[in-house]
Amino acid sequence: MNVISSYCHIKNNRVSRNGFSVFEQKPEIAFFEFASAAFRNLGVAYPKFFKMDALCKLALLASEYLLSADPAFGATGPEHTGIVLSNRSSSLETDRAHARSVSNPEAYFPSPAVFVYTLPNIMIGEISIRHQITGENACFVTPGFDAGLISGYVNQLLEQKLVKACLAGWIELDGPSYEAFLYLVVPPQGTAKNSNFGPHSTKGIWDLGF
Amino acid sequence: MQKNIYTGSDCLISPLGLDSDTNFNGLAEGRSALCQFHPGYGSQPVCASLFDESIVDDAFGRLGNPVLFTRLEKISILAIAGVLKQSVVSLSDSRTLLLYSTAKGNINLLERQGPGKIAPDRVYLPVFAGVLGSYFNCANTPLILSNACISGLLALVIAKRLIGEGRYDHVVVAGGDIVSEFTVSGFRSFNALSDEPCRPYDALRNGINLGEAAAAVVLSRQRSVAADGFISIGGGASANDANHISGPSRTGEGLFRAVEAAKLVAPGVSPGFISAHGTATGFNDEMESIAFTRSGYTAVPVQSLKGYYGHTLGAAGLLESIVGIHSLRKGILIGSAGFSEKGVSGDVEILKNTRSQQVDSFLKTASGFGGCNAAAFFIREGSAE
Repeated sequence: MNVISSYCHIKNNRVSRNGFSVFEQKPEIAFFEFASAAFRNLGVAYPKFFKMDALCKLALLASEYLLSADPAFGATGPEHTGIVLSNRSSSLETDRAHARSVSNPEAYFPSPAVFVYTLPNIMIGEISIRHQITGENACFVTPGFDAGLISGYVNQLLEQKLVKACLAGWIELDGPSYEAFLYLVVPPQGTAKNSNFGPHSTKGIWDLGF
Repeated sequence: MQKNIYTGSDCLISPLGLDSDTNFNGLAEGRSALCQFHPGYGSQPVCASLFDESIVDDAFGRLGNPVLFTRLEKISILAIAGVLKQSVVSLSDSRTLLLYSTAKGNINLLERQGPGKIAPDRVYLPVFAGVLGSYFNCANTPLILSNACISGLLALVIAKRLIGEGRYDHVVVAGGDIVSEFTVSGFRSFNALSDEPCRPYDALRNGINLGEAAAAVVLSRQRSVAADGFISIGGGASANDANHISGPSRTGEGLFRAVEAAKLVAPGVSPGFISAHGTATGFNDEMESIAFTRSGYTAVPVQSLKGYYGHTLGAAGLLESIVGIHSLRKGILIGSAGFSEKGVSGDVEILKNTRSQQVDSFLKTASGFGGCNAAAFFIREGSAE
């Protein structure tokens, strides 16, 4: 059985990694402000982050907190890593911004810098660019996180050796509410004992407290 | 070795026609759905492939009340009902999944004047999926894939894997997108739209046309579900450029990787033609020519169907795969409308004119925003694998 080598939650202005809080701000702080602070806290020089839309910021934050501390990722190599993400609201938050920019003929200002973020899989693209990940992609839109679908699909990618590791999870943002749950799946062999958070199965995922 | 996953009945709903045969015959006769429209928003005309809403409503009238459904829902229901009518597969069977690919879903519900009887929350893709799910009495919640312009092709690859995994016996793969002010204004802000019918791979190409369509096909592990010709999906893969979110890699890296990965899953397949993405932007077509050259496909005819349908976004990969499946069955390869003089640097042969030729397999590829690429082979049973 493939295993989860590490996982990350971001919710209510708290980032937690492998079950422990690693960055936190008051819940009343707006997401944009929290996201910037959480990113600066990492001490990473990547100015592109600040140009992203909110959904991509959330995805990139989760991937950054996760991958920077997971030795399994470095051991696998980004070219053999896939990314399978899902959410409920697609890219609707930025879709609304683009729709507003063309709704009034008197103030018509569609921007390519906004329009490019009107697809949910752009978050996969941003994570891929940041970490040079070139493997399999999929972006599902489901009413809630479908642990059975994602675990079955990702396990098959690993078993058929289409990828050697896979980032997977749920990156949802709609208005002020957001939630990220991202984890890395690797084959059982070659995983250090301190980076094994259980089997990548429906139950294994729910046991992580998502 | 993996078991074959067969393609069963299919249905294309486009401005060229409301079933697959009408579409394929139209293509074979050289009919293009592209023309200039004054869409009622913006000052400029748009060259696009658009439905005549009254024709859609007439056809939909025997399936439901047209005022209760959005344009995308109507064409999607027409496509899915079209495949179910010709198939023993039922969506109310717990072993069947409806997998739907779309880039933007009911995005026109965000625009100024929403249709009166349509709840605005149908802009949420899971709610849209629920409309299809209740219409067809689906045993499983329909699953949405939204992966930009590779959605339609990637949905076929994913459906094959979900069947291979044993999760389902049959998957009805459907997909659709419409043209709206949302997409027109966005692509125009990128200076990506051509005001004339697009010219894939041509020296004078100057951008894409948008188009609207819905398509559906049944995939099954059971040979008895397969339509004539026993065409299976042999291999399939996706890959990311990890280079830029709105432009393809100059070296075709992600597409090359996707094609090479698809070859590993379908070893020894020598495609009779390539049904490529061919959007007619400068960068996309150039990138594809480099990737196909790197993969050694210098003598395989490359086809783009964008000169007939425009770019139908999340439907494109699925619609173009279904046209390719009909080419395998009928022995007619569709030429690339709009192409006249090669304007890409790769050593590729562009399929210019429609011709009769019996081939046993083809390679379908797609590339999209977010740096994503997908590739899959379609193979007629009995041919070399």
